[in-house]
Amino acid sequence: MASIKELASKGNLFAPGHRACAGCGGTIILRLVAAAAGENTVFIGATGCMEVASTIYPYSAWKVPFLHNAFENSAATASGVESAYRALKKKGKITKDINIIAFGGDGGTYDIGLQSLSGAMERGHKLLYICYDNGAYMNTGIQRSSATPFGANTTTSPAGSVIKGKTQQRKDLSEIMVAHNIPYVAQASLFYWNDLVEKVKKALKVDGPSFINILSPCPLGWGYDPSETIELSELAVATHFWNVYECENGKYKVNIKPKKEKPLEDFLFKQQRFKHLKNNPEILEQLRAFLKEKYENLLKKEEISAR
Amino acid sequence: MRKIVAKTGNEAMAEAMRQINPDVVAAYPITPATEIVQIFSNFVNNGQVDTIFVPTESEHSAISACVGASASGARVMTGTSSQGLALMHEILFVAGGLRLPIVICEVNRALSSPINIHCDHSDTMASRDAGWIQIFSENPQEAYDQTILAMKLSEDLFLPSMVTTDGFIISHAMQKLEMYDDKEVKDYLGEPKTPFNFLNLDDPITVGPLALQDYYMEIKVQQSKFINESKKKIINILQDFNKRMGRNYKVVEDYFMEDAEYAIVCLGSTAGTARYVVENLRKKGEKVGLLKIRFYRPFFDEQIMDILKNLKGCAVLDRSDMFASTGGHLFNDVKSALYASQKHPIIRDYIYGLGGRDIDIEDIEEVFKDIKEFSTNKNEEFVKYITVRE
Repeated sequence: MASIKELASKGNLFAPGHRACAGCGGTIILRLVAAAAGENTVFIGATGCMEVASTIYPYSAWKVPFLHNAFENSAATASGVESAYRALKKKGKITKDINIIAFGGDGGTYDIGLQSLSGAMERGHKLLYICYDNGAYMNTGIQRSSATPFGANTTTSPAGSVIKGKTQQRKDLSEIMVAHNIPYVAQASLFYWNDLVEKVKKALKVDGPSFINILSPCPLGWGYDPSETIELSELAVATHFWNVYECENGKYKVNIKPKKEKPLEDFLFKQQRFKHLKNNPEILEQLRAFLKEKYENLLKKEEISAR
Repeated sequence: MRKIVAKTGNEAMAEAMRQINPDVVAAYPITPATEIVQIFSNFVNNGQVDTIFVPTESEHSAISACVGASASGARVMTGTSSQGLALMHEILFVAGGLRLPIVICEVNRALSSPINIHCDHSDTMASRDAGWIQIFSENPQEAYDQTILAMKLSEDLFLPSMVTTDGFIISHAMQKLEMYDDKEVKDYLGEPKTPFNFLNLDDPITVGPLALQDYYMEIKVQQSKFINESKKKIINILQDFNKRMGRNYKVVEDYFMEDAEYAIVCLGSTAGTARYVVENLRKKGEKVGLLKIRFYRPFFDEQIMDILKNLKGCAVLDRSDMFASTGGHLFNDVKSALYASQKHPIIRDYIYGLGGRDIDIEDIEEVFKDIKEFSTNKNEEFVKYITVRE
């Protein structure tokens, strides 16, 4: 296990000076991922907040190589990078071992980039894909995505007088990735930074594709005070809104089983996007039931795969 | 040693790819280009090339992987057609903007709707503004030669290239092909070259940044200026290719144009038929000629103007329509090129052969008759659709 001192002592590979909002979860994720992966790493980023905020010409927040192609194709682009890496290594033109990490938000990963991601994972390229999931298209102004939670207010699923927020439950992308039979799939939370760092290290060691889905609180999109990003990252896990687990070669492990579970309201009502649920308890109950079932299923999968 | 073989356009392009020996090929099958990468994947699995083959789940991912691989310092190729090229559209501009030396073997096929698998140029024309070199081939020999040439051009100029053949007419038609020795091609191309290397950890760079009102314009003007300057370089590289390989290619090819009064301008396989018609009419004493456009992008407007300006009538054959009421793509480009000349001929567009509709010797003879008449008496539309059912 790395200590926070040790991580900090290496300096930031994703440097301060990017232009993300105060309290942005995505930038903390990238800094931790880069620290865990180390210098011999290249990043391929999808169009989105993290790319836009970190590479405004002529500046770049990246101290390691960074490549942006388009919105829906960071996994396909990374698969090309990985293929070039293999070809050039075979020819002796590259001698170092290089970690290849692609990333995207939930828009670039769950939705527009899903096909590209699925293709790259199925083809077995040795690369790690990181999704920073903030539960909406934040870069274009908080529009709903398939990762947006049930009931959440977004600019395209507004809490109106008739329809009150998003009317569909979240897509379970991590389980879709498990269904690709890739060696390593995990979910992580910023609050459990050590778990996150260890997962990145583990993912980079597997011989094949790996995927880590990380909850990325967004002060602007969720509607909360920027100082509460880490607290919300903890509450999301304590309320089973977001489960921290991994699936390694088909074996599930729930890494964080909160000792003190907290009521879902503690997480939801710190955020403007759910405030209308106070007056719409039936929506809240549907969300609660969905999350409960998800967590229980996860425990069952852990139990079954341990046999 | 060189050898004479019989190959289809697709086979010829696949053989060129084998001799080019790219580091990475990422592709998705589409009729009528499928064979190119199908044959090539056999070369890969039989150990005849060093290539990593990436069988992507779409053309969009194929060109995206090409961008990633080329940015990483690899020599990169792909093949596609029609809807496949249309699906790549977005990323063609990224490759152009990043100046990545990717080569596409593109087989010209009509765009939907209606869906059609046969030849016209609407697919290639729709991607003409992406900052790519576009080269049209008249036969399998040109397809083969120009695939090798395109790799050279791309790596010398840091511009992506697409080499096109006409779907089925060339892609599936077998003709005589002179193939170079593998070593000849290897020596001609040398080591792969890319403008930067994203995988160089000692010099970490950011590729594909966000550039806004303060810098975007300068970056795009640089791109444009370079493409203007590339025209001279293309001519030099082509001359060098001719010398080494024993060819006689020009960026635009004039045939019986010195004293011609009427001429046809066209692209691709139709040039072969048109040349035959010109020869026959010349025998009858008619002053007719042909201008074949080999390089469509960049557009060699000055050369084209010089060749065409003294004509009485100029017939442009377009195998694509712009659906703007102003004719086809080639017509509009040729017309613009002629505007720079004080003197210029009457010019008429003949849109033909959409979706693989055959164009015959008689059709081209008819075009010569028509342009003659139209030049003295233009009482009809400037855009005429030929080879259409009555």
